[in-house]
Amino acid sequence: MATKSICLYFQVHQPTRLRLYRFFDIGKDSHYYDDFANRTILRRVAQKCYLPMNQLMLELINANKGKFKIAYSISGSALDQFQRFAPEVIDSFKALAATGRVEFLAETYYHSLASLGSDSEFKQQVAKHAAKIEELFGVKPTAFRNTELIYDNSIGKIVYEMGYKTMLTEGARHIMGWQSPNFVYTSATQPRLKLLLRNYTLSDDIAFRFAQNKVTAEQYVGWLKENAKDGDIVNLFMDYETFGEHQGAETGIFDFMKALPAAVLKDGTFGFATPSEVVKKYKPVSDIDVEDTISWADEERDVTAWLGNELQSEAFKKVYAMKEKLAIVNDPDLYEDWGHLQESDHFYYMCTKFFSDGEVHKYFNPYDTPYEAFINYMNVISDFQIRLDEKRAALD
Amino acid sequence: MFGWEFPPHIAGGLGTACEGIVKGLAHNGVETLFVMPSASGDEDQSATTIINASDVAVDTVTETVDEFLDKVKFIHIGSNMVPYADPEEFGRLVEEEKRRQVKDFSISYGQKFKFSGKYGANLMEEVARYAMVGGTIAMQRKDEFDVIHAHDWLCYYAGIAAKELTGKPLVIHVHATSFDRGSVDNIDTRVFAIEQRGMQVADKVVTVSDLTRNIVITRYGIDPAKVVTVHNAVDFSGRENLEVERGVKEPVVTFLGRITYQKGPEYFIEAAAKVLKRTKNVRFVMAGSGDMMNRAIRHAARLGISDRFHFTGFLRGADVQKMFALSDVYIMPSISEPFGISPLEAMRTGVPSIISKQSGAAEVLKYAFKVDFWDVDAIADDIYGLLSYPALAHFSTAMGYDEVNALKWNGACAKLKKVYESVVK
Repeated sequence: MATKSICLYFQVHQPTRLRLYRFFDIGKDSHYYDDFANRTILRRVAQKCYLPMNQLMLELINANKGKFKIAYSISGSALDQFQRFAPEVIDSFKALAATGRVEFLAETYYHSLASLGSDSEFKQQVAKHAAKIEELFGVKPTAFRNTELIYDNSIGKIVYEMGYKTMLTEGARHIMGWQSPNFVYTSATQPRLKLLLRNYTLSDDIAFRFAQNKVTAEQYVGWLKENAKDGDIVNLFMDYETFGEHQGAETGIFDFMKALPAAVLKDGTFGFATPSEVVKKYKPVSDIDVEDTISWADEERDVTAWLGNELQSEAFKKVYAMKEKLAIVNDPDLYEDWGHLQESDHFYYMCTKFFSDGEVHKYFNPYDTPYEAFINYMNVISDFQIRLDEKRAALD
Repeated sequence: MFGWEFPPHIAGGLGTACEGIVKGLAHNGVETLFVMPSASGDEDQSATTIINASDVAVDTVTETVDEFLDKVKFIHIGSNMVPYADPEEFGRLVEEEKRRQVKDFSISYGQKFKFSGKYGANLMEEVARYAMVGGTIAMQRKDEFDVIHAHDWLCYYAGIAAKELTGKPLVIHVHATSFDRGSVDNIDTRVFAIEQRGMQVADKVVTVSDLTRNIVITRYGIDPAKVVTVHNAVDFSGRENLEVERGVKEPVVTFLGRITYQKGPEYFIEAAAKVLKRTKNVRFVMAGSGDMMNRAIRHAARLGISDRFHFTGFLRGADVQKMFALSDVYIMPSISEPFGISPLEAMRTGVPSIISKQSGAAEVLKYAFKVDFWDVDAIADDIYGLLSYPALAHFSTAMGYDEVNALKWNGACAKLKKVYESVVK
């Protein structure tokens, strides 16, 4: 009987990309999205990643007789796009849900930074996401992961208040110090909230370095054993698009994943467990105090990829400043657009940290420069503000 | 007359001015031969005869294959030259064009075609080559003209060559100087040298404003008696004012032009922030692009006004007219502007304008609001006044409209004709 566990969680998200929205459109045309790009990209990633990977996961779950388990977090923005452009992806996730070996995590519906912008909006989006997951997959999420694994003490508190007893975040070096991410921890301000910390070395060995590592499943099991010599768990958290999209099929990443469960189970050191199972199985060893917000992004593992420069702060301030008026107006169309405008990706496109992590940033960015991203976004915000003000005025 | 471009294919304002000048001269009974490096054939020749320098074989040069290729390149890139560009900016523009072409080529011919990559550094050589071609044309048509007229530094060498070969008087026309392109301690000395030489050799120097005339006298050391101001005009014939549907309800205050140091964009942003402190019922637009654009975007974001301060990026043809039509106040806070035709366009569209006293246009526009470019409070005051007091806006719009319609090239060219008469013996 294996005493240690591997906790695999995959993040599924697609942003709702904005169209080229010019000053001349403000007040005239309130369709903000690049439907063509969104459909094209979604269908491409579905073919290269979501469909083949879901099929593979289903086969592995069935082949390993319940011993292979995984967790997903699928943003509401991605789910909306699947329903519109590739409903077969929803079906394949439903098939995975039906195995009972897959845990679906809660997150913000719009993959947003609401936890940093507005507590009430944060709570609303999490509730909206949980309801959507339950509606589609018939299970109520019990563990929570925030956008980009963003976490700090106060976010932990709110998450616990919402009824989640488990939260996933980054095992950032600067908060871990000498401690290992391979144990269950608790929040320093809310001791009943358990924290699972990403093992970034082993996660990134697959997510970012697979093509250059050329590692086999057996070798990787060796790395896992070495890394978790004294630990209980290894948390492997990564973007689902790693498989087939960031790491193309030609790198052999599908073969690697196909071989991994058998290699792990044959070795016998580890079993597989989902986040909610892990916190039941292992006792927390300590608490983790996180004053300054962390995330899984970039070298800094902080939130500067989204809120690091004056353009991002300005856009962020403006979008959350509309909250109260929106609550008064309470219009579903406006709420939906507002949600999409909160997607963290829009702020990411405005990032100016070109030199340290520029390669990753550029890969995900539809704009040539952060300035273009900012101008486009602010033009959309201006139109949105006009609509909001008009609806508000109509109430008087 | 030596120019660099002529409508319809123009990159800057010089081509438009040249068209106005030849038409105005025709009205005053002066015939012109207009020489340009690369004509397309669709220029309006009703008022002038266009001579395409690209069609002219140069007999002073041995035509080896290399020479020939160089010439082909020159003609090719000639059409991309921007008259107000300095060599550095020119290099950048050519690099862009080259990238585009290489891309186009690689699509149709694979990677076979290789550009030498030395155009940027060779602008001076191209200018000299234009001089050779210009000289040849002047000799061939020696009996057909009385005065040589050269526009801006790119054409001065051609003018000098024509004068030296034919002995006819030379008038050079200063639309801009090196000091309008860079700051005083950061000018291109090579361009300065060409400009100064042109001014020294010329029999008369025409400047587009007294502001520019002063620069020519003080910075280039030219005898004041030789320097004459002929203010620019603008040809609005055949122009219908555009009716556009407005998207935004608030009045729009617009800056339109290259976003560079000389145009004073940051004074506009500062003034906008001041106005927005007083009233939210206004939007600001900075239309155009340039090396200061990103800085301007950050500046507006830092001041927290980005939801009311919009950028459009570079605007083309019809969008420029549309932008004027959408505007309620136009602003040109230039630090140094030899003339500045854009406020005239704005006023003609019925948009009251605020312009800096450091612009040539300020010398001829009575009904524009004039401020020192650095006086952000005064700019903000004028914007606020125009937005808040309808009488002020109505008055300046109506008077400004009549005023700019009265600024005709026919009048400017009557003055120019006098300049010609003074140099023909």
